[in-house]
Amino acid sequence: MPIRVKRRYIAVKIDSEATSSSKDFMKALWDSLIKLFGEYGASKTGATLIEYQDEEKTAIIRVFHKEVETVRAALATITKINDKPATAHVIKVSGTLRALKNKLKATKKRST
Amino acid sequence: MRRFADLHLRPDLGDMEQAQRMIAKAAELGYKVIAIPLSISQLDKYKDQLQVLCRERGVDFVSRVDIKPRTSSELTRILRKIRRKVEVVGVICDSKAIARQAAKDRRVDLLNFPADARKRFFDEAEAELASRALASLEIDISPLITLEGPPRIRLLSTLRREVATATDYGVAIVVSSGANEEMLMRRPLEVAALTMLFDMDRAQALDAISKTPMSIVERNREKLSPNFVAPGIRIIKRGNDCP
Repeated sequence: MPIRVKRRYIAVKIDSEATSSSKDFMKALWDSLIKLFGEYGASKTGATLIEYQDEEKTAIIRVFHKEVETVRAALATITKINDKPATAHVIKVSGTLRALKNKLKATKKRST
Repeated sequence: MRRFADLHLRPDLGDMEQAQRMIAKAAELGYKVIAIPLSISQLDKYKDQLQVLCRERGVDFVSRVDIKPRTSSELTRILRKIRRKVEVVGVICDSKAIARQAAKDRRVDLLNFPADARKRFFDEAEAELASRALASLEIDISPLITLEGPPRIRLLSTLRREVATATDYGVAIVVSSGANEEMLMRRPLEVAALTMLFDMDRAQALDAISKTPMSIVERNREKLSPNFVAPGIRIIKRGNDCP
């Protein structure tokens, strides 16, 4: 029986005055992962961009569930995206994309 | 539910707007308790002002003084002067002599070392003294974010050794941001994730940003209360209330 790979979906809020593309964001994330954990460590995270919203400055990335903290640490060390000052904060983590979106909706509702 | 604390926010107090923005950001990131270190001369000027700013954002402000003495005798002299005025006392240990004196003085709450790995003197002897005197090791996260390459590698290696020594000797660890600008502030869980880089386990990391700093603040608030007599003894009734 093949082992089912468990994944986690991470919603990220990008805090920056400048606009950046999804490519710039993922480059910043990979750079940060490689600097902290090397290419071997970065390869184990399985980080993939699922969704990126330019206007809201949010992104959803998918990672292997055992590597959530690794990716969280890498996101925390981002200080620049496309050479412009920026930070990335994890807003929510969930096991499915649908649950993550529901959680985000609920948070948004609560804050308005 | 855990109450997260950041005992080392370092805004430029000459720019009160920046302090205000950093307090707002701390509240937004999920911190319930914050401390902004003041010098002795700034204490009267800024303490009340910062307290009001924090109250507006629903954050508990802790008064803290950071001492950077040149000699051991200067350290004891300053401690005598300020200990009964502030809730948290931190010592920036720039030399081995200061580090040793601070570690054995029961009036010191936090031992803070510069980011330069060569100026960090937290070894076994320091840990033994600190464990007897109840001083905690404070680790700032901001250098880990700003440094890159060999300096960060050296710092991580030193921090890993310090955490292992502190754990062996039962010295409490407090993890703070040490941020002097908003861009260096991180959510509590992000700070906990960064601590894994120097081998702190998750439970220990969460305690270092919530339980440990909170216990220091509560212990000192109790001591500063007018009802405090000695550890374990406090006045519960006065005057006519007494039978």
